[in-house]
Amino acid sequence: MSARDEVLGRIRTALGDRGPLPEVTRGYRTTDDRPLPELLDVLTDRIEDYRATVLRCTPDAIGETVAAALADVSGDVVVAPGVPQAWRPAGAVEDDGRPAVGLTAFAATLTGVTAAIAETGTLVLDASPVCGRRALSLLPDVLVCVVTADQVVGGVPEALARLDPLRPLTMISGPSATSDIELQRVEGVHGPRTLLVVLASDQLEPP
Amino acid sequence: MTAVFLGIPTAPPGVGNLRGDRSFPDAARDALRDGQLRANLGHATTTIRGKRAGVVAEVPDWAELREAGRAIKAATMARLDDHLEELERQVTARGGTVHWARDATEANEIVTRLVRATGADEVVKVKSMATQEIGLNEALEAAGIEALETDLAELIVQLGEDKPSHILVPAIHKNRAEIREIFARAIPGVDPDLTDEPRRLAMAAREHLRQRFLRARVAISGANFAVAETGTLAVVESEGNGRMCLTLPQTLITVMGIEKLVPTWRDLEVFLQLLPRSSTGERMNPYTSLWAGVTPGDGPQEFHLVLLDNGRTAVLADEDGREALHCIRCSACLNVCPVYERTGGHAYGSVYPGPIGAVLSPQLTGVEDNASLPYASSLCGACYDVCPVAIDIPSILVHLRAEHVEAQERPTAEALAFRGLARVMAHPRLWRLAQRAAGLGRFLARGRPTLPATLPPPASAWTRTRDLPTPPRETFTQAWAREHGR
Repeated sequence: MSARDEVLGRIRTALGDRGPLPEVTRGYRTTDDRPLPELLDVLTDRIEDYRATVLRCTPDAIGETVAAALADVSGDVVVAPGVPQAWRPAGAVEDDGRPAVGLTAFAATLTGVTAAIAETGTLVLDASPVCGRRALSLLPDVLVCVVTADQVVGGVPEALARLDPLRPLTMISGPSATSDIELQRVEGVHGPRTLLVVLASDQLEPP
Repeated sequence: MTAVFLGIPTAPPGVGNLRGDRSFPDAARDALRDGQLRANLGHATTTIRGKRAGVVAEVPDWAELREAGRAIKAATMARLDDHLEELERQVTARGGTVHWARDATEANEIVTRLVRATGADEVVKVKSMATQEIGLNEALEAAGIEALETDLAELIVQLGEDKPSHILVPAIHKNRAEIREIFARAIPGVDPDLTDEPRRLAMAAREHLRQRFLRARVAISGANFAVAETGTLAVVESEGNGRMCLTLPQTLITVMGIEKLVPTWRDLEVFLQLLPRSSTGERMNPYTSLWAGVTPGDGPQEFHLVLLDNGRTAVLADEDGREALHCIRCSACLNVCPVYERTGGHAYGSVYPGPIGAVLSPQLTGVEDNASLPYASSLCGACYDVCPVAIDIPSILVHLRAEHVEAQERPTAEALAFRGLARVMAHPRLWRLAQRAAGLGRFLARGRPTLPATLPPPASAWTRTRDLPTPPRETFTQAWAREHGR
């Protein structure tokens, strides 16, 4: 008998005379009706709590805000292929699909996101053109993500409902970190050590 | 109904890391004498308990999430075979290959064969309990393949030639000064001025592993979750070592216990809330990677999923114990356990320490092979209170104790003593005589509140690990008779 058949057989034996399927009650919150400005404030607060930086601006000021965010970075900037021209800093290089290892040559990456979760301060990248392939948001040491207000949801359930489970997804909550030494959090291990979030919304004044 | 009766095999001996070479009380005695260990554990568990309590308290619907998590797991187990077949179909449809392993030996053989087929002689690993459980690193080493742990705590354990002692933070028993010593000794070319500042230690690990990530051709991971209906796998982590392993190599091999799946994509909305807050005490862990099969142009182009039984079906066969399979490996129960906090994880002998280990390990191996673990608890219930999927660990512990006692072919001294006690308590005259006789124990105590631990056997078997209070000058019934007559 194959291992597959044997394991499945054991499960059927173990379950025996299977009773009715246990009921699942989803009594938890699946929506968040707080007004958008409040959600944006929560998102900002939570991201900053991870010791990442949030720069807020109006949609027409994304480009200059990105440029300001990257002002202190010396080295080349790579952008996901779907990032709008208006967001790109001068001299930025578009990801040309080179072997992933080659991305270590860049000091910083600029991408968009597909969703952002206010309550947990989480950005979700889905490998679409504006988010780029997974290695792009991993290897350069500085990651700049642009979030637009329409992408912000309250909690985890709303975000998952927006995502395509068949795409490679990366959920990012702050810079890489570890708690492995005496359970104290230290930011910056293998992933980007600096995370900058540009949060664009009509509903707030430019900084 | 037990697995033994049904003929379902438990995890085989001689492979993997589910059995200690000493009983829990013996191993714990040594651990308790290690003042540094107790200080390290006390510090770390206090820190994480506070963080967890804070982020759980701010979720208004935590109780509802917990109930949903419990119910989803129960529903998953009730149709585990169907969900596994669906997962296999979905992973295969998206370009992955699914393998089934009856036990640790078979899983090790499968992974070794897959690595060999790539021609690689080194692999990078994402921290994974399943591969620890089956002793995969040892098996690969025997086959001439170097397995490099990339999680910081796992790296500390590997470089220190140590064993993991915690599910989430395997090096929790080491403090920063000890970690600095390990790095200074075991990392070639490390900065001799390395200090014990956690940030500097993390940077040393980054430098040490960077080139290895970039040149790795094969990665091995576990999985936190697998979604049956979509074939999506999830790895939850903090450092980015997981993303490196899941993204850069050509080949990815994921070893996953068969109980780790959830039926639907939507179910993740519950567990991605429960796990990080219970585990590291964060609102969300820094990185969660989700993938389904192979994506052209992004990440590994060859993906293998190894589904591992190794005693899990035997656990499933026990209606009173199967809830242990609901565990999502958050380790909250370790951090609140008064026993774990004092003994640390090594005393449990298994890669699964703490309260969940005390119910999981004996069931995976058969209770006779980890007979002391169900007793490694005061049954205080703190583990149940913090468990994000509401596993009733104390009840399973009691159930396993009963199973262990029933399995004894000859009565133990304890059983004989209690049988005698039952007879005495059933006869008022004998009971009064016994109470008077017990009063003699006051001479042994010499005025102290407890009897000495060094009573002669067989009484020593009891007093070695328990305080036996000095009998009172007067019992309640004696006092009552004195004050009220009769």
